[in-house]
Amino acid sequence: MREITYAEAIRETLREEMIKDPNVLLIGEDVGAYGGAFKVTDGLLKEFGPERVRDTPISEAAIVGAAIGASLMGLRPIAEIMYVDFLSICLEQICNQAAKMRFMSGGQLKVPMVIRTQYSLGRAHGAQHSQCTPSWLLQVAGVKVALPSTPYDAKGLLTTAMRDSNPVVYMESSLLYRVKGPVPENDYTVPFGKTDIKREGSHVTVVAISRMVREAMAAAEMLKEEGIETEVLDPRTIQPLDIETIVNSLRKTGRLAIAEDDSKTGGVGAEIAASIAERAIDYLDAPIVRIAAPDMPIPFSPSLEQEYMPNKEKIVEAVKSLLK
Amino acid sequence: MSGLTQIESIPPQDYARLGFEKEQLVWMLRKMIEIRLFEEKFEELYLMRGLITGPAHLCFGEEAVAVGVMSALDPNDYIISSHRGHGHALAKGIPAKLVMAEVLGKSTGTCKGLGGSMHVGICPEKNSLFASAIVGSQIPIASGVGLALKYKKSDRLVAVFFGDGATNTGAFHEGINLSAIWKLPVIFVCENNRYAIGMKIENAVATNSIAIRATAYGIHGISVDGNDVVAVHEATKQAINIARSGGGPTLIECKTYRQKGHGIYDKAPYRPKEEVEEWLKKDPIVNFEKKLIASRIVSQEEVGKLKSQVQSEIDEAVKFAQESSILPFVELEKLVYA
Repeated sequence: MREITYAEAIRETLREEMIKDPNVLLIGEDVGAYGGAFKVTDGLLKEFGPERVRDTPISEAAIVGAAIGASLMGLRPIAEIMYVDFLSICLEQICNQAAKMRFMSGGQLKVPMVIRTQYSLGRAHGAQHSQCTPSWLLQVAGVKVALPSTPYDAKGLLTTAMRDSNPVVYMESSLLYRVKGPVPENDYTVPFGKTDIKREGSHVTVVAISRMVREAMAAAEMLKEEGIETEVLDPRTIQPLDIETIVNSLRKTGRLAIAEDDSKTGGVGAEIAASIAERAIDYLDAPIVRIAAPDMPIPFSPSLEQEYMPNKEKIVEAVKSLLK
Repeated sequence: MSGLTQIESIPPQDYARLGFEKEQLVWMLRKMIEIRLFEEKFEELYLMRGLITGPAHLCFGEEAVAVGVMSALDPNDYIISSHRGHGHALAKGIPAKLVMAEVLGKSTGTCKGLGGSMHVGICPEKNSLFASAIVGSQIPIASGVGLALKYKKSDRLVAVFFGDGATNTGAFHEGINLSAIWKLPVIFVCENNRYAIGMKIENAVATNSIAIRATAYGIHGISVDGNDVVAVHEATKQAINIARSGGGPTLIECKTYRQKGHGIYDKAPYRPKEEVEEWLKKDPIVNFEKKLIASRIVSQEEVGKLKSQVQSEIDEAVKFAQESSILPFVELEKLVYA
């Protein structure tokens, strides 16, 4: 199969869906003439024109608000929020408006829109341009949240998101943009709410999210050298969240580590750990361990940021602690 | 198109010249009476009979805004409403019984009882899209509706209602600016009722006009006597002409007054008595009725008949709402996601 990058997979999906469905519009800061802050939407303005690829002023609330209004009228807007950190300035539109519209209308309204956003942890972007906080949206019933970890999932999950009838927050990691991987040229979808078994193993289960899936896969290689067989699971969407597959894995391994770039306190890992404690505590032979970001703003200084970041070495260390 | 116009109260001798016919004028009076009688009944059900609970924001004194705007819109045009939205819903033609059922939390209500008083304005058949109770948030969403209409090359437009308080939110700025740069067919209707809960307009805005803000966005602004339904109609017509000819959005400031408190329990002691009395003299319904009778467009008798008709419709609506069921809790989970 041909290999393309994560960024190319996203661009290809946007392009293909725009060709198929004239109701798809891109709205966001610098998505057009500039080609996207990370060049993900490069070339789309030229191909589809300014009616469909709409550069906006720096107005996050209006970007999401406009996407909601357009989707109420039957369009399928893709709103881009340049950094995950900037979700804080449009959470009102996401949480109070988009998420609740279907419910509050007694099922009469639909908001089929996607919010594409990315986090840049690991690129010295400082405390206001680096956060990975999908957990902010965990409590928001009515919104779905997808975090692709490979080029294959990037295309498959985005296709699903763009065809879904609900608001979907599609969270990318900019550290993954240049990662290459096999991506079919044909049209395919990756279902929401289905945890992917990335690697099978019998000693320990590592649930990893977004960028941490790669780190977990690398950690699994390192652990293998020491005779430890690691099962790596990627939930791919945290809303809906497939706990069942994790429970099944624990039946076999009895040990759980959760790796994410979100904060340890109240992160996605906290929710997974709580669900496992509720449903599968009897399968556990050791306490659950979380490899997550420390509870502090992200330091700028590149070496400090590296220390701050969860990584494969920290996963290896955590897994070993489980097997002691 | 940008500029600023002011529309004062319009005397009845001008009605014919402006093209108004009896039928339309009577419709306006009837709708305003319907809103007033609906809310009088609402107060009774809330305060005396305990049938309604929760936040309740009444629009006594502001009926001319909803009715004046709606009388100028085409039924195909869309509206988005606010937390003070009983009037918008009724004026757009949502049957009173559906609105009444909603405020009573019944499954037959406009939101199946899941919205309540602050969200009654959902009726796809009447092109009433939704109502936001987060002040100002509906403004950028209206821009998105306008974007879709323009993208589909539709000749319809959307009118969005909000109060003076909303004009100080970031959403107001972001939403209007977006509509302005993209020349979207949106009418921004500000019901300046002079109070944001207890904060009076003079303490919240350093200019004596909200309409003037339009010039900063390069769009047309209209300041209109919001207690004169015909004047509001004329203002809306101007905005419609601009929108339908591709000129983009208009900001209409309807100068009106909240005759009651912010919510149903608020007796508004923070307002000077003289101010309230002065505005009560400008009651939009009493004055319009007087004008129509004095200029022999309708008779006292016709008005009396109309009121009793509307009253019996409202009583029917209450009966309908009371007899309606409440959605079973088990139904709710399926409504979270489409």
